[in-house]
Amino acid sequence: MKIYLPRDAAAKALGAESIAAAIQAEATQRGIDITLVRTGTRGMIWLEPLVEVEIDGIRHGFGPMLESDVPALFDDLAAHPRALGPVDELDWMKRQTRLTFARCGVIDPLSLDDYRAHGGLTGLRRALDMTGQQIVDEVKTSGLRGRGGAGFPTGIKWQTVHDADAPQKYIVCNADEGDSGTFADRMIMEGDPFTLIEGMAIAGLGVGATRGYVYLRSEYPDAIAVMTRAVDIARAAGVLGADVLGSGRAFDMEIRTGAGAYVCGEETSLLNSLEGKRGVVRAKPPLPALEGFLGRPTVVNNVISLATVPVIFEKGAQYYADFGLGRSRGTVTLQIAGNVKRGGLFETAFGITLDEAVNDLGGGTATGRPVMAVQVGGPLGAYLPVSKFDAPLGYEELDAKGGLLGHAGLVVFDDQADMLQMARFAMEFCAIESCGKCTPCRIGAVRGVETIDRIAQGDGAAIELLTDLCETMKEGSLCALGGFTPFPVMSALTHFPDAFARQKEAAE
Amino acid sequence: MRTDAAATVAEDQLKTSTDRILSELEGLEGPLLPILHALQAEFGFVPQQAVPLISDRLNLGRAEVAGVISFYHDFRAAPAGRRVIRVCRAEACQSMGGTDLAQRLQDKLGIGWGETTPDGSVTLEAVYCLGLCACAPAVQVDGDLLGRADMDRIETILEGAAQ
Ligand SMILES: Cc1cc2nc3c(=O)[nH]c(=O)nc-3n(C[C@H](O)[C@H](O)[C@H](O)COP(=O)(O)O)c2cc1C
Ligand code: FES
Repeated sequence: MKIYLPRDAAAKALGAESIAAAIQAEATQRGIDITLVRTGTRGMIWLEPLVEVEIDGIRHGFGPMLESDVPALFDDLAAHPRALGPVDELDWMKRQTRLTFARCGVIDPLSLDDYRAHGGLTGLRRALDMTGQQIVDEVKTSGLRGRGGAGFPTGIKWQTVHDADAPQKYIVCNADEGDSGTFADRMIMEGDPFTLIEGMAIAGLGVGATRGYVYLRSEYPDAIAVMTRAVDIARAAGVLGADVLGSGRAFDMEIRTGAGAYVCGEETSLLNSLEGKRGVVRAKPPLPALEGFLGRPTVVNNVISLATVPVIFEKGAQYYADFGLGRSRGTVTLQIAGNVKRGGLFETAFGITLDEAVNDLGGGTATGRPVMAVQVGGPLGAYLPVSKFDAPLGYEELDAKGGLLGHAGLVVFDDQADMLQMARFAMEFCAIESCGKCTPCRIGAVRGVETIDRIAQGDGAAIELLTDLCETMKEGSLCALGGFTPFPVMSALTHFPDAFARQKEAAE
Repeated sequence: MRTDAAATVAEDQLKTSTDRILSELEGLEGPLLPILHALQAEFGFVPQQAVPLISDRLNLGRAEVAGVISFYHDFRAAPAGRRVIRVCRAEACQSMGGTDLAQRLQDKLGIGWGETTPDGSVTLEAVYCLGLCACAPAVQVDGDLLGRADMDRIETILEGAAQ
């Protein structure tokens, strides 16, 4: 009997380890021979722990599982209280275009054989037959844009590094994923680590870099363990090292652990941290593409940007570019989170609306109350009210609505959320996490908290002060931490003025 | 870095361990963070006494090494309590009652963020996102992650380990 169960951190947080133990115990007790494969998650977090049992070659889902549901897995499966039917037929799965996440939740993350059997390494093999310029051109044709926040065209960044002349170049993967509401990086690193390794190797071949680093946040111990192990396995199998897949070309990489600083997700701060310095932001120019890690030309890309490269090379750039909307090509890996009935990861072509994501896929709030706002794009993204839910998710489209797609995390709030407090938190977070290099961010955020507290105490005049302060932070900050914190703050103020005015009445 | 009073370790132990860690890691490109993580894994905190040893070997100023240690939230100047509870304070967890949960924990333990109970049993820390935002609120008790966390489940874990 073949049983699958995720080892993903979210599945574990919902009890996967005790389900695994119960399955083993029950099988032993009944004398049934089982193979329990620990996978990544499919991304249907509301169904975790999700057990899958293979019946006639088809994987049937059972979830969310309680320990008490385990014995019935060994009885008539059709009558199991948690039976969901074939997993691939579930609405959530059927409606997706899983390109980047095709293998996640399906394979054993640390089995290179599994990886190969599901299309892995096909892209790298193809890239090995191409010149660096052809590789860069392929990425340009795909239309891939950075998934870490800014949406910068990946091919253009690679071109700069490709064209730079230096004795050593680097590929640095940004796995700092500090945004609330995001977990796509974590999910793929835990569920399909070889995809990221393959993507980094292709990037290395493309730009002429022989070394890579993954800067992985310390808050993700599971991802660190899986990635570290995967790099060892890939090296032992000759996927990494001095002779990548017998090509005579070199690429090797290391996993480095962050140390709990949100700002280290900003690429120049990340590079400083990787060099062993304080994670303060560097002024640009010079671009990291020209003077990055240790002053050498460096590609800094997000996990999802790099993990999408293999499928582009496997299926062809045009295949990828044919999905999407406007200038947002390919797929977006939506992370639906917060106060939502069905939370998880949903990969689909750009262009799906916020309404479809939150109300249809997400099923509205977990609390059953009306949806009031969604924060899109992490702590530096705006709070969007329901009236803006017709916004199609694409970089330019969301920007036109005053939003920021960022890393594509959606955090849903019900009508009990205190939007003044959320604005205050945005400022507080900026104050805690500021690297301290520029004044508008370091001091501005502290003033921001104080000013919002004054508004909360009924000082309506402070609203103008807050607006001015936000302008100063936007204009004068060195990076987007100080520069974008005004978006959640001002969007809360603009779309939910009552939250700021009601306080005044209370004080009067 | 946390602001608890700095702790120390026996000199010979410090020297042996630090030398070993330095020899192992000094050849890396950008070795300082890996070295600091290794020291913290060894001692449970980064002893201030290690600063001169590190700065001599890596050819850095002492102030520079100390400045790096103090920049990062992860590095401690003193050991944590026997159990460490980390509560996510970020937005997705707030949307699911995380603020209330944090308050109840603080009240129950009688400590605030970054503090340790007087008997040294529990340290309470704020964390900004554990990547469990689709099953918020999220809490970490030592190595155990909790999604849709509530007081009951946290207490069960704490009691389970006390037995
Ligand atoms: C405060 C701040 C935090 C950031 N955090 C991250 C992060 O956690 N992960 C990430 O990929 N990019 C993050 N970014 C964006 C990076 O600076 C950079 O644009 C990105 O890593 C480039 O990769 P991409 O082009 O593949 O998106 C952050 C930016 C700022 C200003
Ligand atoms: S916001 Fe709490 S786990 Fe992500």
